[in-house]
Amino acid sequence: MIGLAHFLAVAAIVFALGLYGVLTKRTIVGMLMGIELMLNAVNLNLVAFSRFITPEILTGQVFAIFTITVAAAEVAVGLALFFRVYRDRNTVHVARLNTMRW
Amino acid sequence: MNDLAYTVAFVIFAAITVGAAFGVVTKNNLVHSALLMALCFIGLGGLYVLLQADFLAAVQILVYNGAIAIVFVLGTMLTRRSTRHGTNETDENSPSAWIAALSGLFVAVTLGVIMHTPWRYSAAGPVQDTPDVLAQLILTDYMLMMEAAAVLLLAAMIGAIVLAKGVNAE
Repeated sequence: MIGLAHFLAVAAIVFALGLYGVLTKRTIVGMLMGIELMLNAVNLNLVAFSRFITPEILTGQVFAIFTITVAAAEVAVGLALFFRVYRDRNTVHVARLNTMRW
Repeated sequence: MNDLAYTVAFVIFAAITVGAAFGVVTKNNLVHSALLMALCFIGLGGLYVLLQADFLAAVQILVYNGAIAIVFVLGTMLTRRSTRHGTNETDENSPSAWIAALSGLFVAVTLGVIMHTPWRYSAAGPVQDTPDVLAQLILTDYMLMMEAAAVLLLAAMIGAIVLAKGVNAE
C-alpha cells in the first residue's frame, strides 16, 4: 500500500537532484532549473502531508498554490535577469560573471 | 480505488518524475534539460492526482508546463545562436563528486527520518470537490496572503518587463 512515506521519498530524491543541479551547473539557466525542481519537491511534500495527515482541511494545498505563485514570479524575474546579463555581457556562464567577486 | 492500480500508477509517475529530474541535472544540452523538466512536471501532476488534489494537478500542468517550461525552452533558444552542444555542462572547477555525495547523504538521512517517524495518519476521507473548498479558504482565511501574492505577481511582471526590455533613456 502506498503511503505518506513513499511520496516523501520521491520528494526528497527530487529535492536532492535539484540541489545537485544548483551547485554544479555552469549557466544561470541550469541553476534556475535546479531551483524549480527543489520548489516542486517542496510542493509535493505539502500536498502529501495535506492528504494523509489533515485530509479534511486543505491548508497544504493552499500553501502549494501560493508556492506556485511565488515560483512563477521568481522564474519571470530570473529569466529577465538572464536576458539582461546575456545582452550586456554576452555570456551566461557564472564563472565569468565575477564583477562583484571580492 | 483498487490498491494494485494505485500502486502501479504511483510507481509509473514516481519513475517519470525522478528519471526526468535526473535527466535535467545530467544532460549536457540545455534544451533537452528544459524539455525533461516539462516531463518531470507532468509526472508531478500525476502524483497530485493520486493525492486527490485534482485542482492542484490542473494548476501544475497549466502553470508549470504551459508557462514555465515553455519560457525556459524559448529563452534557451533565443539566446543560443550557435551550437547547443555542451550548453549545460557541470562546472569542472566545483567538486562535483563531493556535491553528489552530499546530495546522496541528504537523501539517505531524509529517508531514515521518514522511515523512523511515527506518522499520525488521519482516518478521514479526502475532500471531494477541492476547487470549492480551496476558493472558500483563499477568499476568507488566507485573504491577506492572496492580496500579497497579487501584488508580488504585479511587481514581478513589471520588473521582468523593465529588466528584459530596458528603460528608454532620453
